Amino acid sequence: MPTNTEHQQTQPVIEFQDVEKRYGNKTVLNDLSFKIERGERVTLIGPSGSGKTTVLRLVMTLEELTGGYVFIDGKPLAYEQRGGKRLPVSKRDQKQLRTRIGMVFQHFNLFPNMTVIENMIEAPVHVLGKSKAEATARAHELLAQVGLPDKADAHPSSLSGGQQQRVAIARALAMDPEILLLDEVTSALDPEVVGDVLQILRDVAATTNVTMLIVTHEMSFARDVSHRVMMLDGGKIIESDDPETIFTKPNNERTQQFLSAVLGND
Amino acid sequence: MNTLAMLTSTVAGTVDVPDIDDTTSYWRWDFAWEVLPEMLRSFFQVTLLVTVVGTLIAVVLGLALAILIRVLPRPLAWIITWIANFIRMTPIVVQLLVLFYGFVWMEPMTIALLVYGIHYSTYMSEVYRAGIDSVPTGQWEATTALSMPATRVWSRVIIPQALRSTVPSLGNYAISMFKDTPFLIAISVMEMVTTALEIGGFTYRYIETITIAGLIFLVASYLTAVLVNRLEKRLAYQH
Amino acid sequence: MDYLDALSMHASRLWEGLLITLQLTLISGILAFIVAVILGLMAGSTRKLVRFPARIIIEFFRGTSLLVQLMWLFYVLPLFGPSLDAMLVGIFALTLNYGAYGAEAVRASMTSVPQSQWEATIALSMSWQHKIRRVIFPQAWALMLPSLTNLWVHLLKGSSIVYIIGMSEFTFELLQLRRTTDWFFALAMVGLIVYFLIALALTQLMRLLEVRAKHRLGRGPSLKEILSPMPPKTPAADNASDTHVTGGAR
Repeated sequence: MPTNTEHQQTQPVIEFQDVEKRYGNKTVLNDLSFKIERGERVTLIGPSGSGKTTVLRLVMTLEELTGGYVFIDGKPLAYEQRGGKRLPVSKRDQKQLRTRIGMVFQHFNLFPNMTVIENMIEAPVHVLGKSKAEATARAHELLAQVGLPDKADAHPSSLSGGQQQRVAIARALAMDPEILLLDEVTSALDPEVVGDVLQILRDVAATTNVTMLIVTHEMSFARDVSHRVMMLDGGKIIESDDPETIFTKPNNERTQQFLSAVLGND
Repeated sequence: MNTLAMLTSTVAGTVDVPDIDDTTSYWRWDFAWEVLPEMLRSFFQVTLLVTVVGTLIAVVLGLALAILIRVLPRPLAWIITWIANFIRMTPIVVQLLVLFYGFVWMEPMTIALLVYGIHYSTYMSEVYRAGIDSVPTGQWEATTALSMPATRVWSRVIIPQALRSTVPSLGNYAISMFKDTPFLIAISVMEMVTTALEIGGFTYRYIETITIAGLIFLVASYLTAVLVNRLEKRLAYQH
Repeated sequence: MDYLDALSMHASRLWEGLLITLQLTLISGILAFIVAVILGLMAGSTRKLVRFPARIIIEFFRGTSLLVQLMWLFYVLPLFGPSLDAMLVGIFALTLNYGAYGAEAVRASMTSVPQSQWEATIALSMSWQHKIRRVIFPQAWALMLPSLTNLWVHLLKGSSIVYIIGMSEFTFELLQLRRTTDWFFALAMVGLIVYFLIALALTQLMRLLEVRAKHRLGRGPSLKEILSPMPPKTPAADNASDTHVTGGAR
């Protein structure tokens, strides 16, 4: 069981402040505020439609922030307060912040027109400005780490779902992100390969200090890997505690109901 | 050498043209107003007529082609498919000319309706084919399970379901047919652009007539596009 | 006059006309493609200031007919500016008209690239040029090729009208046969067949490009496999089809 003692910094690496997200007149997130410390691994749980994925997508700037503020390392990500007004931050500042964030998607989203290794070095070379040799060496290292050392020149379409997701994890790590967002990364996989993918993520958690924000339905994984679990319901955090407490003696009645439903089905 | 000048001089005198011999100024409103009725007349009498009748022919013939290709035995269906491909992949202009000089006894207007109708039926049959293919196999299987006769299968089950998805594409082909009507200049049918050039032939003023022709096309294709769009939305709702 | 005599007598003129038609089709085709990519990218932009002018140009050249554009360039443009020779007028009109149609195909195929691919480029912090050039366009390319093929055939067919401004292209030379022979109908049929063969050649050429583009996306066999006389092996892509990802899923 990981402990959460090494976070002495006062500056949270991710901070949501009164965040509101609406699609048309449908409110998905409402008045949401939380902080995540550097190196912390936090899992969001909750029924479908509770807005878990939306939280990740807001951090990755894949969604427009309709209300409130998101800070990365204390810097505003999408909107900032200037002269009493809520104004969008400059594209350049936003891009700068975004390079520190990586994301692994439910459906992998590998580029089908590139080989595995091309997928992995594309952004490090052209976005971070690494040399091709350096990026390639690092990519091979990461491929070995995810157990696919011989797939460098394979085409994504020739890989199984589990293999594609492992490449996607390696691709995200190749950018050396400070924050890694994992969006239901095992939901689209066949049951027999889920364990392999989760094991790789456990290894990443154990060997690096990357901050992780996780959305998953794999409760045992959430329990093993996170420092903290946040329960979302109706666009609000209704309970936030260490996994031990959440999974064994949750305070909130909705959390109890949700967990007994999910774990009962397991 | 300018074929058009030859052409217009032979049919001269069929159009009322205002007597204006100022060829220097760029745009003259009085001239534009004077030629507008003549332009609109050719638009409604020829351009629109060819488009509407041509579309009707193409819509019916296209469906017949699509069904024939589907039900006829292989070699016959193959022959029809390639005849259709041949018509679709060769220029309307040359097709018009072949009939015009090949069958001199035919009225140019009849040639026009035939060529536009048949040419576009080959496009529309492709649209219908896609529509028929999009009907789920389960529907065919259900008709077999009910031992329905072929004519009922087509008229009551397949065609009604196939047609719905075809309307927007058929509409778009009607619009392209409309924009192809100026090719009728090849066989001297006085549609709008031919009229514009004819007037230019006498007055040496082209800017007003050609610009007006362009604007009428722009407005008409915009209106048709809006109409097709609406129709598409309404059909989508019924789904 | 005998049918074959007439054909052989006119063969050299017809051949010259054919060459002009081929030139028109190739040059305007390539230029129209360039116009289509530029306008298509602009029309797909999220910025109004970029998108709006592109939309106006596209709708203008799609909405007014090819012949109107041809005539405008031939008769009206000299009033303001240069008096272009017929070949240039023909190339310009064909380029602008079919370029505008192509732009719509380019734009539509870019929007058809799954949303998830666009999101992946954001997650990797790619710049706009970078993601378009390396990720989006290569995928859109496979999607837009069928439309571009159709448009190229349309352009070939459309080029048959430029004889009206005095170009001695293939249709013009076909028409000349009418003066010297009673066999016009039969000869014109030969003309139609020539157009058909060119169109078939264009289509097959583009189909090869399409096969290559799809193979690069990991779908379908490679060109080598298709062109080789050996029976094709089972494509490798098949075993992954169960994990094929459809876009836009959240």
